[in-house]
Amino acid sequence: MEKLLELKNVHVSFHTYGGEVKAVRGVSFHLEKGESLAIVGESGSGKSVTSKAVMRLLPNKTSEIKEGQILFEGKDLARLPEKGMEKIRGKEISMIFQDPMTSLNPTMTIGKQIMEGLRKHQNMSKSEAQERAINLLKLVGIPNPEIRIKEYPHQFSGGMRQRVVIAIALACNPKVLIADEPTTALDVTIQAQILDLMRDLQKKTGTAIILITHDLGVVANLAQRVAVMYGGTIVETGTVDEIFYNPKHPYTWGLLSSMPKLNAESKELLAIPGTPPDLLNPPKGCPFAARCPHAMQVCLNHMPESTKVSSTHQAACWLLDERAPKVEPPEAALVGGAR
Amino acid sequence: MSRYLVKRVIYMLITLFIIAAFTFFLMKLLPGSPFRNQDKLTPQQVHALNEKYGLNDPVPVQFVHYMGKLVQGDLGLTFQFDGRTVTSMIKDGIGPSATLGVEAIIFGVIVGLILGVAAALKHNSAIDYGAMVFAVFGAAIPSFVFAGLLQYYIGVKLEWLPVAFWEGPKYHVLPALALSVGIIAQIARFMRNEMLDTLGQDYMITARAKGISKGRTIFVHAIRNSLIPIITILGPMVVNVITGSLVIENIFAIPGIGEQFVKSINVNDYPMIMGTTLFYSALLIFSMLIVDILYGVVDPRIRVAGGKSK
Repeated sequence: MEKLLELKNVHVSFHTYGGEVKAVRGVSFHLEKGESLAIVGESGSGKSVTSKAVMRLLPNKTSEIKEGQILFEGKDLARLPEKGMEKIRGKEISMIFQDPMTSLNPTMTIGKQIMEGLRKHQNMSKSEAQERAINLLKLVGIPNPEIRIKEYPHQFSGGMRQRVVIAIALACNPKVLIADEPTTALDVTIQAQILDLMRDLQKKTGTAIILITHDLGVVANLAQRVAVMYGGTIVETGTVDEIFYNPKHPYTWGLLSSMPKLNAESKELLAIPGTPPDLLNPPKGCPFAARCPHAMQVCLNHMPESTKVSSTHQAACWLLDERAPKVEPPEAALVGGAR
Repeated sequence: MSRYLVKRVIYMLITLFIIAAFTFFLMKLLPGSPFRNQDKLTPQQVHALNEKYGLNDPVPVQFVHYMGKLVQGDLGLTFQFDGRTVTSMIKDGIGPSATLGVEAIIFGVIVGLILGVAAALKHNSAIDYGAMVFAVFGAAIPSFVFAGLLQYYIGVKLEWLPVAFWEGPKYHVLPALALSVGIIAQIARFMRNEMLDTLGQDYMITARAKGISKGRTIFVHAIRNSLIPIITILGPMVVNVITGSLVIENIFAIPGIGEQFVKSINVNDYPMIMGTTLFYSALLIFSMLIVDILYGVVDPRIRVAGGKSK
């Protein structure tokens, strides 16, 4: 398979009054043509920052990509000037956002908002762009697109707005679509519809998807591969099956255990004790060590290297070292995998 | 929309009636009378004049009489010049006043918007601080102080522009400038805050994610959304310009309505006081209506009773 997008050892920092916040600390992953990769992790793990770094949408004044490469078809996006980025954004890589209630301009008709990108990237005339916009609305399942194209965002419901946001993102047939928690702000029935729609559209258009979420249910639904992020680093990557049925990192175990299960005997919800690391002063060793029930001395002082479990499965944990004691994943994590 | 307009116009007329009634009775409470100022007149002459203008009748009778004429569009005769109607006086004054007001508003709004947008785009920079310091001074210091300063430095010391009177475009610059300082200050401060707010909105990121240039996102997406709240302050701003122009027209000896208004109060010229007050009130109420209509044009979410909205 061809690597469409590859991140190599990307570091992103924010400069605040309190000091430098190292939000992303050496993230590497790749995305193949037409596949969907999920990035999971809790709030503050760096998943959104990573995706915004790819789009170079982080605020210029307060943040910077300190190291690493973001290779898209051979071009390093991390060093591309703004003008060059404008040709990538929306055309090659586009993005959909979490909250459809606020991510559309309230004073512009949705037709204009869809056509804006088309006219810029594909030099379409007004009527061509309009026709394309109507087709896009039809594609994302909005009834009466000819009429609705002239309406404003406040005339749409939340789910419908997210469809519009998706239509905007797909307007120029991008090669990569980054979906930053696309269903978080929607209610559950609508969530399922939007996920179905995204899966459908991926089949039709062949766009590769990076799905950012903290919802493992969404992952199982849509993704082929998963990267688990914690404390600004990727702690485990693998195929969906590998992550769900054969997780290796204790943080992944924790994530899987904390998924509510319908068939569980106890009504208690499991949580991972403790809080995520302070990225203003990130720990020297493994970021999860402070919350890990299996932490060893080495975990506190040395960052674990990424260890290959299989050709597609890697985890960064000292437990995978041959000198480490054998630890089995907890019962709850295994049940979580048996979906 | 037309039903809404009819309703608004009816409200406007009621408001005008109430203003007319209040002004009429308040005006009658003013000490003095129009013809007592001139020592040369004998009491008999004063009485005759009072009789001629109906000032010997009881106040309520005068009121009914005045309102009756007002409904027919007759504002009466001024006391200052024999046989001249108030309407013709206002007509004479409207040219300079309107020109001055419009010039000040256009200049003030444009400069204010530019300053506000620049301050927001260069947030926490020298431009930002400079614009805001200017805005604070501009809002705090009354326009007649600026008028005096401009007259002294640019008119008297440098002799670049005429100090007073109204005889050509050169004469417009200083009064319009003095009148616009407050507008610039107010608009700049509002626009800066609105722009900062808009620039942080999610849809700005959506626009950038489409690959649209920064300039276009600012002009097409940010400025329009920031203008909506600005329109609400245009109404009160017109009030500021009107009250400002009363003073400015006097300072610069501009033969406008503001000058006539102030003079008419000084000499108890009752019909003129009523006429100018009603004129200013009508202007104000009308500008409020325009603001409300504009609001709907700019913000699709509040287009009134458009039928298929919602």
